[in-house]
Amino acid sequence: MAQRIVIDPVTRIEGHAKISIFLDDAGNVSDAEFHVVEFRGFEKFCEGRPYAEMPGITARICGICPVSHLLASAKAGDAIMAVNIPPAADKLRRLMNLGQIIQSHALSFFHLSAPDFLLGWDVPPAQRNVFGLIAANADLARAGIRLRQFGQEIIAELGGQKIHPAWAVPGGVRNPLTEAGRDRIRAWLPEAYATTKTAFDLFKKTLETHKKEVQIFGNFPSLFMGLVEPDGTWEHHGGNLRFTDSSGSIIADQVDPQKYYECIGESVQSSSYLKSPYYSPLGIPDGMYRVGPLARLNVAEQMGTPKADAELKKFKKLTRGDNAVISSFHYHYARLIEILTAIERVEATLDDADLLSEDLRADAGINSLRGVGVSEAPRGTLFHDYTVDRNGLLQKINLIVATGQNNLAMNQTVAQIARHYVRGHKITEPMLNRVEHGIRCYDPCLSCSTHAVGQMPLHLQLIGPDGAVLHELVRG
Amino acid sequence: MAAKTLTIDGKHVSVDESATILDAAVDAGIYIPTLCHLDGVYDVGACRLCLVEVAGSSKLLPACTTKVSEGMEIQTDTERLRQYRRITLEQLFAERNHVCSVCVANGHCELQTLAYRQGMDHVRYDYRFPQWEVDSTHSLFGLDHNRCILCTRCVRVCWHIEGAGTLNVSGRGAQARIITDLNQPWGTSDTCTKCGKCVMACPTGALFYKGATVGEMERDRTKLEFIVTAREKKQWIAD
Repeated sequence: MAQRIVIDPVTRIEGHAKISIFLDDAGNVSDAEFHVVEFRGFEKFCEGRPYAEMPGITARICGICPVSHLLASAKAGDAIMAVNIPPAADKLRRLMNLGQIIQSHALSFFHLSAPDFLLGWDVPPAQRNVFGLIAANADLARAGIRLRQFGQEIIAELGGQKIHPAWAVPGGVRNPLTEAGRDRIRAWLPEAYATTKTAFDLFKKTLETHKKEVQIFGNFPSLFMGLVEPDGTWEHHGGNLRFTDSSGSIIADQVDPQKYYECIGESVQSSSYLKSPYYSPLGIPDGMYRVGPLARLNVAEQMGTPKADAELKKFKKLTRGDNAVISSFHYHYARLIEILTAIERVEATLDDADLLSEDLRADAGINSLRGVGVSEAPRGTLFHDYTVDRNGLLQKINLIVATGQNNLAMNQTVAQIARHYVRGHKITEPMLNRVEHGIRCYDPCLSCSTHAVGQMPLHLQLIGPDGAVLHELVRG
Repeated sequence: MAAKTLTIDGKHVSVDESATILDAAVDAGIYIPTLCHLDGVYDVGACRLCLVEVAGSSKLLPACTTKVSEGMEIQTDTERLRQYRRITLEQLFAERNHVCSVCVANGHCELQTLAYRQGMDHVRYDYRFPQWEVDSTHSLFGLDHNRCILCTRCVRVCWHIEGAGTLNVSGRGAQARIITDLNQPWGTSDTCTKCGKCVMACPTGALFYKGATVGEMERDRTKLEFIVTAREKKQWIAD
C-alpha cells in the first residue's frame, strides 16, 4: 500500500516549504520531494524595469545573499552594455564576494549547523540553536559570530552597509575602498585565521564521531558544477563553468557562462515553485548536479592559495583515488576550506593599489539585447539572465539560484535519510531532526529559520493512499 | 509696495503685499511642508501639502497660492493639518507604485522625506498597484510613471524656464499622466532640447538619468532658481 509522509511546513524558505516522503507498499521510503510552496515572482514583476535597476531590486531577494544577487545582476548588466569593466572594479567586486562567502559560510557553520553536530541531534530545538551554542561554548559561538562580522565588515566598507548595498552597478562599482577601510579589514585577519583554524579542528573531530552521518546524509553519486579558472583553479566571480561526475572525471569544461543554457535545462515540478535545473545532455535523473562549496571543491584542481590548498589535499583524500567527495555532509568541510581561501585572498588583495582607484565605472548604451551574469554565491552558482529591448527595459528574466540547482539532490538526501530512519508508519523525532539537517547541509535559505529561537515549525503527516492521515506530528 | 502684517503660529510677520503665505512663512523661518512648490517657477497648489488654517475661513488654504492679507491669523501645524497631510501623503503612496528601497531617488526623494517628517509609518489605504510603463526611449533620461505624483514641476520648468513645451499632462483622475509632445515616446519628441531641467525638478524618482541605480538620483534644484533669477533680475547669484 503506497503511502506518503508530508512534513509541512518545514520552515520559511523565502516563506514556506514542505517535504513529502513517499512510502511503497512494504512501508519503505520510495522517494522524497522538497517543495517550495511560496511564489515570489521576481522574474515576472521585474519585466519592464530598466536593467540598471536590477542589481538593487534583485539584491532584495535575500537578506543573507544580497551581495550575490547584486554582483550577478551587475555582471548581467555589463554583458548588456558589452563592456569590460575597469580592472579596479573587478577586483573590488571580487573582494566583496569574498566577504560575502566568509559571512554566509560562517553563518551556516556556526549559527545554523554547528548546534546540530556539536550539541547533538536529539537535543530539543529550543536549545539546539546558536543560543544553545553560546550556553555550551561561549568562546566558540562568539568567535563564529565575529567571523561572520568580518565578512560583513568587508561588505560594509565597500558598499556602505552590510545588507543590501546598492554598490555594484552595470559597468562597475560606485566606490573604491578607502585606505582607512583597508586598514580596518587588515586588522581583522589574524582573528579570522584563528577562528577558521578552531573550526577546522572542531569539524575534523566531528567527522570522527559522525561517520554514520557522512554515510547517509546525501551520500550518492551526482554531477558537480562550479566556476573554475582556465587552469582549473577554484573561482568565484569569473572563469568558466566546469561539470564533473562522481568519479572525478570532467564531463564539460570551460563552458562559457553566457551560454549556460546549452548545458543546463530546467524542469518544473507541479508541486513546487522551485525549478529543478539539470545537466541537459544527460537529462533527468542522470543530469542531476550539485552546486555550492562541495561542488566547487570537487570541480577545482587547486584553491589557488597556500593554506587552503593544503586543506584541499586533505579534503580530496576523503575519497579513494580521484573520485569526487560525494557526501553532502562534507558541504560543511568544504565551507571551511572556502572560508580559508577567502581570507587568504582578501589578505593577498589588500595591498593592490587598484582597490583605491577612482576609475571604477564603464559607461555604454545597450549593445547586446541579452546578458548573462554568473557569480558563485556561497550556496552555489548563481545565474542572472536578462533580455532587454533596445531601450534597456527588461523583457525576460531568468534567475537560476543555488537552492534550485540543488533541488534534485536535496530530494535524494531527504529520501536517503528517511530511508534510514522511517520505521513503519510512525514519524519519529530523530528522523525529523536529521531530515532538517540533511537540508541544512546545502544551506538553502531554509536554514535561516530552522534554528530560530524556539521550535522549528514542522508539520509532518503520514498519509495513506486514500488520503487519510495515519499519523501526524506538529511542532512549532 | 505696501506691506501686510499678519501672524503665523502666533508670530507677527510683516511682508510685501504680493507675497503668499508660503513666502511669508519662509521669511519668518516657519516650516510649511511643500511638494509641488519649486523655487523659480509659479505655483499651482496641486499637492495640497502646504494647506494651512486661516482664522475666519472654514476651508483649509494652500499656502503656496494664497496671498497674504492684513491681519491674517495663520496656523501651520495643528492636529487637523497634520491629519490631512498624512492622508495626502498616504494617498500619494497608495496611488502608484512607490518602492523606496529600490528607487533611484531613495534617500534623496522629497516624497519620502516628507513621509518620514510627517511620521507616516504605514499607509491606511489599499494600494492600487496600477500598471504603468517606463518610457526609456529618450537618449539621456527615463520617465517612470509608477513614481510620478503629478506635481507638474517638470511641466512648469519645461514650459516656463526652458520654453520647450515638451511635457504636459494628459487624461483625468487616476488616468492623468505626464506626456511628451503629442503623447508620443519621449525619444521621438521634436521639441525636447535634452536640457534636463525636468529631471532636476522632479521631487521623486519619476524622472531620472538613464543608467541611474538605487539612490543615485541627487538633484541640485538651486540651478533652476539660479537661471530664473539670472534671466529676470539679471543677477547671477548662486548659493
